[in-house]
Amino acid sequence: MATTLEAKNEARVVKTSGLTRFLRKWALQIALTIVAILIWLFFLWRAPGTFKSFDIYNSLMLTTPFFALVAIPLTLVVIIKEIDLSFPSVMAWGVAAYELVYQPTHSVWLGFIACLLAGLIAGLLNGLIIVKLGIPSLIATIGTQYFWRGVVMITQNGKGSGMVEVKDTILYPLLTGKLFGTIPMEFIWVIIFGVVAWYFLNRHQFGAHIYLSGDNEDSARLMGVNVSRTKIITFCLVGLVATFTGFMVSESLLFFWPTMGDSYLLSSLASVFLGGTSVFGGTGTVYGTILGAFVIAIIQPGIVAAGWLAYWTELIYGFIIVISLALQAVLRRRFI
Amino acid sequence: MDSVLELKNVSKTFGEVAALHHVNFYVGSNEIVGLLGDNGAGKSTLVKIITGYHQPDPGGEIFWKGKKIDHLTVPMARDIGIEIVYQERALADQQTLWRNIFLGREITNGLGVLDMKKMREETKKLMSSVMGFTSSAVTPDSTVRTFSGGERQGVAITRALYFEAELVMLDEPTMGLSLSETKKCLDFVAGIKAAGKSCIFIDHNVFHVYPVVDRIVVLDRGTVAGQYMKNELTLDELLDRLYRVAQTGVLEAKAAANR
Repeated sequence: MATTLEAKNEARVVKTSGLTRFLRKWALQIALTIVAILIWLFFLWRAPGTFKSFDIYNSLMLTTPFFALVAIPLTLVVIIKEIDLSFPSVMAWGVAAYELVYQPTHSVWLGFIACLLAGLIAGLLNGLIIVKLGIPSLIATIGTQYFWRGVVMITQNGKGSGMVEVKDTILYPLLTGKLFGTIPMEFIWVIIFGVVAWYFLNRHQFGAHIYLSGDNEDSARLMGVNVSRTKIITFCLVGLVATFTGFMVSESLLFFWPTMGDSYLLSSLASVFLGGTSVFGGTGTVYGTILGAFVIAIIQPGIVAAGWLAYWTELIYGFIIVISLALQAVLRRRFI
Repeated sequence: MDSVLELKNVSKTFGEVAALHHVNFYVGSNEIVGLLGDNGAGKSTLVKIITGYHQPDPGGEIFWKGKKIDHLTVPMARDIGIEIVYQERALADQQTLWRNIFLGREITNGLGVLDMKKMREETKKLMSSVMGFTSSAVTPDSTVRTFSGGERQGVAITRALYFEAELVMLDEPTMGLSLSETKKCLDFVAGIKAAGKSCIFIDHNVFHVYPVVDRIVVLDRGTVAGQYMKNELTLDELLDRLYRVAQTGVLEAKAAANR
């Protein structure tokens, strides 16, 4: 009897190899990788002059991190089923805090620490408003976006400031220098933050709680996960990385524009969603986000190098984003 | 019989509604208590207070094995051996089986780093021994979303079992289950008794509850309407009283007649 039952059970099972299971599990990431490679190959074919030389890659490695870095902790926020729209203003707020501390003390390091702390505080404020007061993150972070921009404008009197003083410290080569003389440090920081985020998301209890809280907040709470604390920490991380990146951007220009940051909002968010993180929470990868960021970054230079009008850029962005999300939806339904 | 859990004068108010009103309730050592009552009687609220998810209103006291506990939290309740299988099953659909088994109490080293290998191994062991997942299609990495109602129930029950509870609470466990899955569930309750542990069994289906319990407590509109030892009354007599309390608010015919 037992063997007949087992035989019946086994007959129902569709035999899948390890490879098939691997493909199923990582379908979204594999699809994105294929799309990214195809796009790159397309540009390589249409504009070989540009894409066969190192310059374009150098440029991509220099500038993509400016929105890709924040997209990494933003991935955690979206996995936990929240959103943060305030980070562009927080980027500027960090450097404003730096200026506020640097002006009286003339210490770049104290200013830098103040910059990072300012980010933590902004993140904490977001977290507390959203978790303790229960205001939806979409609305709360629109509010704090205006708030911090206002703080920046007021404290800077709407004026920019030079940041030449950072050249004298190790912070300059550390954040904006070149590794081995060729690879921009900005890109290295994306790798560093990416690896650290991947580790905590996948190998640490903190990451497990992020996935669980985003997947089913009630279940997580019922089973004793401290959902509130986990959420607040993710918002703090966004604030911290935002100010770090703001400092990096200003350092690379050796100038602080109080309006900086706004241009990165949509690119950062698009990177997260293009990378396969679901707006419904519970799933997402750091790899997808970083790859998504570079796919977005390569579009515009690719279009221009291929000889088309730059006006096509936004059309292509929209096209790629909609197609990718549709593909993700189909893959989710079929495989996962 | 010593009591393993006792609630004294426990009330719970949500806004303007008193879900529980001066409830005195106890569970004896190695006793199966059937908690019955209509929807809205307060059964789930009572059970959520015992798990530490809700805090009782001031004045309510909770005793575990004779000792008073001042502020019972979910991790504390689990540490002392209180486990629950929730009505909602409390699972995370998009996550894997092993993540669900260890939901909220992942095996980590001191710094919080997950011991994924160990959790997968333990899950694999549980799958074949307790949960009865023999098919090779289901692995510790299978997503819970693909499981049937009974399989999900199996996951939730296994979770409670694994962590060696002293008091297991089941909130509407047979809801949505097939015949053989229901039998498995009731066998599980009998198994708890055989293992010397205690159990609180909530279910609307009196036909499921009656055979497996030692004592029946009836909640009505936030208070304890009455309680019976199983050998005090037949199933029909119990049904009679349950209908009566739903209509009139009292269990006994004489008391109803005096109203």
